Amino acid sequence: MTSSEKYTAAAYLVVFLAVLVYVVIIGSKLERLQREVEQLVARVRENRADG
Amino acid sequence: MTANRLRLPVLAGGTTALLGLAIALAFFYAPTDADQGLSQRIFYVHVPLALTSYACFGWGAWKALRYLRTRDERADLESYVAIHQGVIFGALTLLTGSIWARISWGVWWTWGEDQLVLFLVLFLFYCAYFMLRFSIEAGPARARMCAVYALFGVVLIPVSFLAIRLSKSFIHPVVFNLRGPQMTGAQFLTFCVCLAAMLSLFATFYAIELAGKRLDQSLRDLRELIA
Repeated sequence: MTSSEKYTAAAYLVVFLAVLVYVVIIGSKLERLQREVEQLVARVRENRADG
Repeated sequence: MTANRLRLPVLAGGTTALLGLAIALAFFYAPTDADQGLSQRIFYVHVPLALTSYACFGWGAWKALRYLRTRDERADLESYVAIHQGVIFGALTLLTGSIWARISWGVWWTWGEDQLVLFLVLFLFYCAYFMLRFSIEAGPARARMCAVYALFGVVLIPVSFLAIRLSKSFIHPVVFNLRGPQMTGAQFLTFCVCLAAMLSLFATFYAIELAGKRLDQSLRDLRELIA
């Protein structure tokens, strides 16, 4: 692999990795939001059972 | 399923297809540059990234202006998300540009180039936007200050864009001038598809991040209502 090929591959890889990291961050945020929704549903159920 | 629910999956699907097409055109359709060889193909990712970051900052400034006129909180959030995306695309522009500079000029960075330094100034200016935003308590005062800051930053965009044409050293290549794009038809078509793919990627990330932040806000409101 020539140095020109290595640098070109690196430039495209940097962008690909950034997209991948972004997807991972969004994925983990979605998981957190899902957990929070589940907690809220549980709390509403508790309130209904008490009330 | 409503049109609103369909919008994001369609956008994401279109972006994936456009990115695939852009990479295929950049590597298998566009001719190899006689002067720079294979490394010239970095152009198809570097320049669209830079133009997309300008678009993000411009969109952020437009939303900031809308906030100042309407005082609509949604415009403040939209401005913030657009600037956040602009900083991501800006960081990638600097990274890919640095890699291209290393192979073309033999250095990772040069302070003698107005285009590079002005883009770095623009990038750092918008990085400081987050320091401002997170150092003030949320509310109308913060939204107002951030909107004014975002509007000031947008002035740097034409300066950064024109700097290359005013520069005396001309190390950084000038591809677009008054005579039009200085490249072959195949290269220009590839560039246009790559630019469309990057703008589409911005639109997708913008929609996803905005949806996430609005959902976060709604959950916070719901938690307060239940408590």
